[in-house]
Amino acid sequence: MGSKRTSRRELLKGGAAVAGGLTLGDIASLQAQAHDHPPTPGSQNDSPMILGSKELVEYGQRSRYVTSVRIQHPPGGRPSPDLFGKVFHVASPLQDSVGVITPSSLHYVATTRGSYMPDIDPKLHTLTIHGLVDQPLTLTMDDLKRFPSVTRLHFIECAGNRHTPRQTTVQETHGMTSCAEWTGVLLSTLLKECGLKGSATWFVAEGAEEIKGASSMPITKAMDDSLIAYGMNGEALRPQQGFPVRLIPPGFEGIFHTKYLRRIKIVDEYYMNYNDFGHLRPDPKELALSEQIGPKSVITYPSGGQQLPGRGFYEISGLAWSGGGAIKTVEISTDGGKKWNLAELKGTPQRMAHVRFGYQWTWDGNATEILSRATDEIGQVQALREQIAQWWNVPVERNYRVPGLDNSVMPWKIAKDGSVTNGLA
Amino acid sequence: MGSLRLVTILLLLGSPAFAQSPTYGVGRTPTAEEIRRMDISIGATGEELPPGRGTAKEGAQVFEQKGCMACHGAAGIGGLAPALQSKKGQDVPIWERERILPLRAPFATTVWDFIRRGMPLGSEGTLTADEVYALTAYLLFLNQVIPEDEVLDKQSLPKVKMPIGDDYARLPDWKPGTPRLQGYPY
Repeated sequence: MGSKRTSRRELLKGGAAVAGGLTLGDIASLQAQAHDHPPTPGSQNDSPMILGSKELVEYGQRSRYVTSVRIQHPPGGRPSPDLFGKVFHVASPLQDSVGVITPSSLHYVATTRGSYMPDIDPKLHTLTIHGLVDQPLTLTMDDLKRFPSVTRLHFIECAGNRHTPRQTTVQETHGMTSCAEWTGVLLSTLLKECGLKGSATWFVAEGAEEIKGASSMPITKAMDDSLIAYGMNGEALRPQQGFPVRLIPPGFEGIFHTKYLRRIKIVDEYYMNYNDFGHLRPDPKELALSEQIGPKSVITYPSGGQQLPGRGFYEISGLAWSGGGAIKTVEISTDGGKKWNLAELKGTPQRMAHVRFGYQWTWDGNATEILSRATDEIGQVQALREQIAQWWNVPVERNYRVPGLDNSVMPWKIAKDGSVTNGLA
Repeated sequence: MGSLRLVTILLLLGSPAFAQSPTYGVGRTPTAEEIRRMDISIGATGEELPPGRGTAKEGAQVFEQKGCMACHGAAGIGGLAPALQSKKGQDVPIWERERILPLRAPFATTVWDFIRRGMPLGSEGTLTADEVYALTAYLLFLNQVIPEDEVLDKQSLPKVKMPIGDDYARLPDWKPGTPRLQGYPY
């Protein structure tokens, strides 16, 4: 307190000195002499000012030092955007992620069959529910927002989210999953409003993009927890995520999360849409693995391409999720899978949502392999590739392709020099 | 007393007046004509198919006129877009042949549905019903599913026997809170 009063007096003195024709440097040295000690350090301004702009005021932006971006998936695949401005698959930078919410700008994007992003005027967009209902219903976006809403965290994962020996970073191996807070109306609310007929067993959801992507889903999923979402992370959906409205059938493969949702038809048979044709398999076991996503986890730090500066303490961090419900436990191995230890879950795991896990680890500087495995609330356990191959009774080759969506354990190798690489390579 | 109340509730639940009364009353009821116009989902029975007809010969002309070749190649081979004609013989089992829609689809209606729904890319919705029937016939003919002179229409299209027959898996019933595949992978 006392020194503050002193400095105020100095300021007054300084003001007088300026009036008397002294420079600021003169004042500083006078002050130093007067008190016989230099100005207190610590409050000097080391960084330039970020100049406010209209854009920064209106919609904000991150620091220019934060450069984490999405990348085309798979690397070397079809470029996004292509010559015609179309965006195909882009992966989220999981290696830089913290917490569980993927920022809307960094949420992974997948489009099917070379589809484009429609520039939909929400005032003209409607959603119609028809088929095996007592009363078909057409809703404007304003209508939709009048219904009781829910807000829930849910991940979406693309069926193409596979880890292979050729990939190097976690963005390449696992970047086709993301988690956002979705706001909208439960599909069950709307179906009850229409009155579902007893013969209803499936529903078809259809988007308004150029190929009008449509998928068949069980009516039990519609009535359980499917969400007609118009909000994402506190604002309207982005066009890349289906503006103005999309379907979220939590825990189902990404392709079922119909964007630009314009029509839901209630039917009594699997409708064999083009997207459904893509799911055709000869083996019912493999087919069953291509609808609901299994329990899965991945270590995002340390992960491929990163470098540990030296031996000592680290918090191993990563994400876990399951299409079967909330994550119950995550285990970490830091010795190549010999011993498994419980990780700490950060916050309460939500159903069909990413949960962040952490594990405190002191690296002794020796080469090792780190892995994570998740167990969900219905008891499904994430398996090793070796266990999956054994179940299918096939040899585990280097390029073994796990049937259905690949939820196998991901190993990261840590070398003596602290470099982290793909454990499958 | 309790059972009487239960009976009353059951009666209420069973009455159509109750089932049809909406809770919120938000939105509007589309007309039958509106629904007919927007319902582009063609199921295996073909009930949603519009009137029209076409043959493979006509379809070959449409394939050329509408520029399908530019993306799919002449006769559906060699383009950048998905191939539409199998290169493998009919003696090869269906699951060892290519994943080509007019070859592997269990129903010819899916071929019709997708041509109308998504083609030609960028000009969707410009084909007439006759053109869609004709293109469907042409692609099925290219894959030796139907003869060149077969006429496809609302009645004949759902009856086309696809090579896959019944040889494909069906999804198990999905229930909330159940594993995706019982006993997998332990």
